[in-house]
Amino acid sequence: MLRIRRFEERCVELYSRTAIRGFLHLGIGEEACAVGLMQALTPADAVVSTYREHGHALARGIPMRAVLAELEGKLEGTCRGRGGSMHIFDSATRFYGGNAIVGGGLPLAVGLALADHLQGRQLVTACFFGDGAVAEGEFHESMNLAALWHLPVLFCCENNLYAMGTALARSESETDLTLKASSYRVASWPVDGMDVGAVEDAAMHAAEAIRGGAGPHFLELRTYRFRAHSMYDPDRYRDKGEIEGWKHRDPIPLTAARLSDQGLMSDEALERIEADIEAEIDDAAAFAEAGTLEDLADLERFVVSEAAGMGDG
Amino acid sequence: MSTITYREAMRQALRDALTRDERVFLIGEDVGRYGGCYAVSLGLLEEFGPERIRDAPLSESGFVGAGIGAALGGLRPIVEIMTVNFSLLALDQIVNNAATLLYMSGGQFNVPLVIRMTTGAGRQLAAQHSHSLEGWYAHVPGLRILAPATVDDARGMLWPSLEDPDPVLIFEHGGLYSSEGALTGTDGVDITSAAVRRPGNDVTIVSYGGTLRIALSAAEQLRGAGVDAEVIDLRCLRPLDTATILASVAHTHRAVVVDEGWRTGGLSAEVAARITEEAFYDLDAPVARVCSAEVPMPYAKHLEDAALPQPERVVAAVRQMGG
Ligand SMILES: Cc1ncc(C[n+]2csc(CCOP(=O)(O)OP(=O)(O)O)c2C)c(N)n1
Ligand SMILES: [Mg+2]
Repeated sequence: MLRIRRFEERCVELYSRTAIRGFLHLGIGEEACAVGLMQALTPADAVVSTYREHGHALARGIPMRAVLAELEGKLEGTCRGRGGSMHIFDSATRFYGGNAIVGGGLPLAVGLALADHLQGRQLVTACFFGDGAVAEGEFHESMNLAALWHLPVLFCCENNLYAMGTALARSESETDLTLKASSYRVASWPVDGMDVGAVEDAAMHAAEAIRGGAGPHFLELRTYRFRAHSMYDPDRYRDKGEIEGWKHRDPIPLTAARLSDQGLMSDEALERIEADIEAEIDDAAAFAEAGTLEDLADLERFVVSEAAGMGDG
Repeated sequence: MSTITYREAMRQALRDALTRDERVFLIGEDVGRYGGCYAVSLGLLEEFGPERIRDAPLSESGFVGAGIGAALGGLRPIVEIMTVNFSLLALDQIVNNAATLLYMSGGQFNVPLVIRMTTGAGRQLAAQHSHSLEGWYAHVPGLRILAPATVDDARGMLWPSLEDPDPVLIFEHGGLYSSEGALTGTDGVDITSAAVRRPGNDVTIVSYGGTLRIALSAAEQLRGAGVDAEVIDLRCLRPLDTATILASVAHTHRAVVVDEGWRTGGLSAEVAARITEEAFYDLDAPVARVCSAEVPMPYAKHLEDAALPQPERVVAAVRQMGG
């Protein structure tokens, strides 16, 4: 979690130095969701994510160097600089993006799971989305399809209570999101998304059930973003007191305190972790900065598959 | 004469419409509390209240469809969709309902609806936030498609659109919101004709929305080279004001169409086809086109710049025509 936090803090610096451009959405405050959830996945499982996906990508094991190079638009990035912050993809870890259409990833997850199901693979597709996505038709269509066809999807709703400036209560007639999933007969649980242990336990339990053939599961991870929606957002719609209140539940100090209470982590160990993380981020930053730009001659590559022939005039 | 931003011009137009006609209301994602994703509607919630500046959940098909229904029911909705790429979630409502109801009902049910949305690239927002799909909408009978490129049009096109008995889609190029211009007047802005933004004699450069700036800048560069370009701003993409284009080509004998949409099957193809159909014998050179590269918009700046029409590419296209 600390690694993701420090990485995103560095991203802010890089954004103000214009090394990163476009939309940049940070998951600061929400790290426990990504980290807890990923503990339940095997390397063969699939992940579908959103535009707020740096944490998911790093926790999934995509190298930090490639993630940062992508954010800087470099050829060495996960997607050769074509995607940027909102569109990280990585076939090695079965990370299917990085989708910036709210709700757009859910049907993809249903399809990935359908493929596993039809081909007899005991795999899980974890699909991340926000509370805002629950209002989209694609959420409802996907819940129904996954339940109807008994598909191995782990729906992970990161409920941070806001969709840009719209509070959940101002966009949903029913704010208990687990009820929505249940109404489609998808097994669903609310989870404290600020408690990495709770997320891990819930994810483990759900993933195990899914692998055992229990069909789709839905976890409502109750969390909060400490920063604005994106770097463009002046954050006029939230009460400062509310933000400060949630910061008391910051998953990182909470976890650190718990570990130290249990005698599992000394102050020196924490310092060492901080130092290791800083070294890794410095290395990734140097790698990204030294990265190259894709040759303009390759602008039209990958519009169609290369094996099938090139270009369309 | 005052100078204002395109964003402010749009906001004034909204305020004016909301004041003039109580049937008018604005609905869309984050138009109220957030102030509009591009801050166009900032402050309007405080002025007009939540009934008339109505925040909608993330449900494009739902709230666009609701706008159509409200228009049928006697209101004059202005629906804001954050970005044209997201309008695809509402494409069914726009194309299968808004555009067809009048015709299907044999003239009984018209849909007096205005839909506004941001279009265009140039801000490194990559392939799900940057496309110029207005050309697709211009394909559809039953819709009027507008592309305000100046602050006068941003300020003036909304009211006549609301007076139109049928659905009007207004495409606001995201790169224009912070651009400034002189507001010369608010009345008498029509939503039917193209405008000659720069008169000239040697070549016609056809542009609209975000590409007007590119056409004007290319015209300046060409002037240095002794070529006197005429720049047309289409303003209304459907129905197209073909007469203005043909009149220009009749005296310049050359035409370049600049479109941020893709070239294949795009709006530029339509304009070029009309010129060749109706002014073939006026032409001294084949019609040229400068469009976006046929790729989903890339994030990296150098790739995005290379994918987009640039003044230099327009100049080069004119140079190639010789003469
Ligand atoms: C279909 C669609 N409509 C609108 C947007 C603009 N938009 C981007 S993020 C966002 C809020 C989404 O909120 P939520 O699902 O809760 O995720 P969060 O940002 O809180 O992580 C909106 C409205 C979009 N990207 N896609
Ligand atoms: Mg949210």
